[in-house]
Order: sequence, then structure tokens, then C-alpha cells
Amino acid sequence: MLRPRIIPCLLVRNKGLVKTRRFADDKYVGDPINAVKIFNEKEVDELMVLDLDATSAGTGIDFKLVERLAAECRMPLAYGGGIQTVEQASRLIGLGVEKVTLGAAAFRQPQLLREIARELGSQSVVAVIDAKKKLLGQRWEARILNGREGTGRCPIELAREFEELGVGEIVINSIDHDGMMDGYDLELAERIRSVVSVPMTVLGGAGSLQDMRSLISRLGIIGAAAGSLFVFKGPYRAVLINYPAPAEKDALNAAAIPAGK
Amino acid sequence: MIGILDYGLGNILAFVNMYKRLHHPARVVREAGDLAGVTKLILPGVGAFDHAMALFNQSGLRPPVEELVFGKQVPMLGICVGMQMLADSSEEGKLPGLGWISGRVARVAAISGRGSVRLPHMGWNDITVYGNQALFRGLETDARFYFLHSYYFATQSETDVLASVEYGTRFTCAVGREQVMGVQFHPEKSHRFGTRLLQNFAES
Repeated sequence: MLRPRIIPCLLVRNKGLVKTRRFADDKYVGDPINAVKIFNEKEVDELMVLDLDATSAGTGIDFKLVERLAAECRMPLAYGGGIQTVEQASRLIGLGVEKVTLGAAAFRQPQLLREIARELGSQSVVAVIDAKKKLLGQRWEARILNGREGTGRCPIELAREFEELGVGEIVINSIDHDGMMDGYDLELAERIRSVVSVPMTVLGGAGSLQDMRSLISRLGIIGAAAGSLFVFKGPYRAVLINYPAPAEKDALNAAAIPAGK
Repeated sequence: MIGILDYGLGNILAFVNMYKRLHHPARVVREAGDLAGVTKLILPGVGAFDHAMALFNQSGLRPPVEELVFGKQVPMLGICVGMQMLADSSEEGKLPGLGWISGRVARVAAISGRGSVRLPHMGWNDITVYGNQALFRGLETDARFYFLHSYYFATQSETDVLASVEYGTRFTCAVGREQVMGVQFHPEKSHRFGTRLLQNFAES
């Protein structure tokens, strides 16, 4: 039976890994290649790597780094950051990346999603939406460029539009819960899940396996991604790369509604 | 010597790295001249069926590869779309496939509702292996692989099915007819299970 995907999400800045809280307050957590080696040993389901500066600070895609990461990965790799053309997406896939992930570009040049999907197939294109709660009007707003710029758009509507353009997966990331380890925004995840028919991955807020269990038992076979949970240990955020043991993952699988049932 | 066919599509480096780790000689094949001394072939593939077929047809590799596979019985393993290319045709495209294993490529049936079957079929899934296959030695029970696809290979003959997977419905995920084989999942990204399969292919 298909299993939920338990996904470490790694944030790259200046060739190092960082972890943020509510998209700020960076903490350096180590070397990306070392992290991938450890995650290989732990047999992680999938890895997501997002370069925070590629679009936002205009540094562009660090192809050398992606090549080294992809070469090291014995699990599927999703990469996001700085992708602005079909050629770049195609080059990334050639380097061994399974899925290219677009954030600001998905919003600014939605046709790019369609073009990449046509050439590389829907299964290789992911749209990531960073969502922030609002006090007035619509409940959430999608933001881009590491949360700096508001789009005025509702993430639920955007998710549906991105699906129509041909993406094979939606990643929904909660800015409010990022790094807080206080649980996922289950309501937002559920609302998006109900309007799209492609797979989705939820990011932002996981502080324990119980949080993942809550997500999986409510939404079924889904991607449960986390940053802090897999790079920190203890209340003082001491860096320790970790990942659930096979028996713990089996317990998470058992919480899901099986596909097709 | 394993030849990894590079016709401009797919994650070639993942296979190169895998065989490097296994200490098994492997080489990227970009033109006919690179095929000298190659005793096994891997046909990777990512993306849309027509795009993959068009690139392979234009690469100049098809005639020498056919000569190796059918003239010299060199075993070949298609991966993902590389497996689908072995079929006669695909619902996803208009171009004919290689037709090396009879059958057509069809879309997996999606199911909406509570336990929804969403496409693409994305993630780790258990497979069922039929019979005693060298490719699946040591993987007969408790093997799982990473899947990332929306189409599957519906073979004309049941005897060409090596393994199946269940996602809403049960469908074929590995095919084989003599020296021509294919898997729908990604062994190059499936930890020790995939490593074992690629090692089996190299050593069988």
C-alpha cells in the first residue's frame, strides 16, 4: 500500500543549512552534504531542499551544489529556488533532481508551470505556497520572496490554479507555524486538500511525530514535511539530525486511510 | 560494463553514482561509439512519452542499441518512462513506442473521496513479485520502491509481467521478455531495495 511521505525540508543559505522561525531568526544547522549523508543512512522517504537566497537575494541556482546534493541522495530529491526557465528545470532533472519546486516564479509566471509540465511531465513540477494568516477578510494570504511580499491572493485559490496549470504536487507552507514546532495548520491543509486532486505536502509547524500523526489521520496519504523536527533536539534547539525509526514510521502509516478504500 | 543511455532526458548521474558505489563499471552512452564493450544497458526516462520517444529517435542511438539488444542479446532495463517506451503505444502521446514488449501504456485510474487515489502516484509502495526473477533476487518479500508516475504499462501478455503494485487498482510495475526488462519505479532512488535491484541487474 502507498505510504505517507515523511519529508525533511532543508533550507540553504550561503552554501550552509539554516533553520528559520516564522521565516526569520536563522540558525545555522550544518553542512548540506553531511546532512544528506545522515539522511541516507536513516532511509528517509524523500528530501526537500529550498535555497532561500536564489530568488529572494538574486543569487540564482547554485548548480554545483545541487549536483553534489543529488549525487549524494539515495532518495528522491525536490529542489526549489531560483528556477525561472524550462531549461533550468530540465538541467536540474538531468542532475538527478526528481522534482523542481517553484514559489515566486509560480505566482509571477504561471505559464512556466505549464511549460515545464509539458516538457518534463507533471510529476516533476511542484508549486510551493507560503501562507500567512490574516486578521481581516480572507483567512490566509499567499506571500512570496521568503514572506517579504504579499500577493493579495488566497492560497486555496492559488493551489487550484496551479493544479490546472499542470503541477503534480502542491506544497503548502505555513509562515505562522514555521520553526515554532506547535503543530501544522490542519485547517488550511484540509481546505487545500479538498479543492485539489494532485498529491500534496504540508510544511510548517511539526514539533513531534504526534503532529504528523494528526495530519495523516485527518488527511490520509499525504506528504508530512518538517524542518526543525528533523534537525533539532530538545527545547534549546541543539542541532541533531534525526528521523523516525522504521517502527515509528509504520505506526504513522497505520494512522492513514488507505488509498482506494 | 553497464551502458547508461543519455539521449538528453533523465537523471543519468543517479545511475552513474549508484554503480560507482557498487564498484561496478558503468559508462554514460551518448553516441554509438560509446557502446563498445557494453554488456548491459539502462534506458532511463523522465517526462512525457512523446518527448522521450522523439529524443531517443533523434539521438542516433536507437539503431546501434537495437543491434546490441536483438543481435547480441544484451540485456536492457528501462526505468520509469524508459520502461513505458518499450510498449507499442501510450495513451499519453501519439508517437509509436519501441514495441519491444507488446502492450500499451494507460493512465492509472484516479479515485476521489475519502481514501482518494491521486495522480501522480507519488511515494513508497510495496510490490508483488511473480515467480523467480533474477532481477528481484532478495526482494521477493518486503520490498518497496519509490514511484512517481501517472501512467502504467498494460502488457498484452500476462507472461511479460514481473511484478505489480496496488494503488486503488492493481497494475503492472515491472515487465520482462527475455533480455528486455523495465520497471516503473525508481530503483536509483529507492535506498537499499533499489541498490539491490540494480546490483541484480548488473550481476545476473
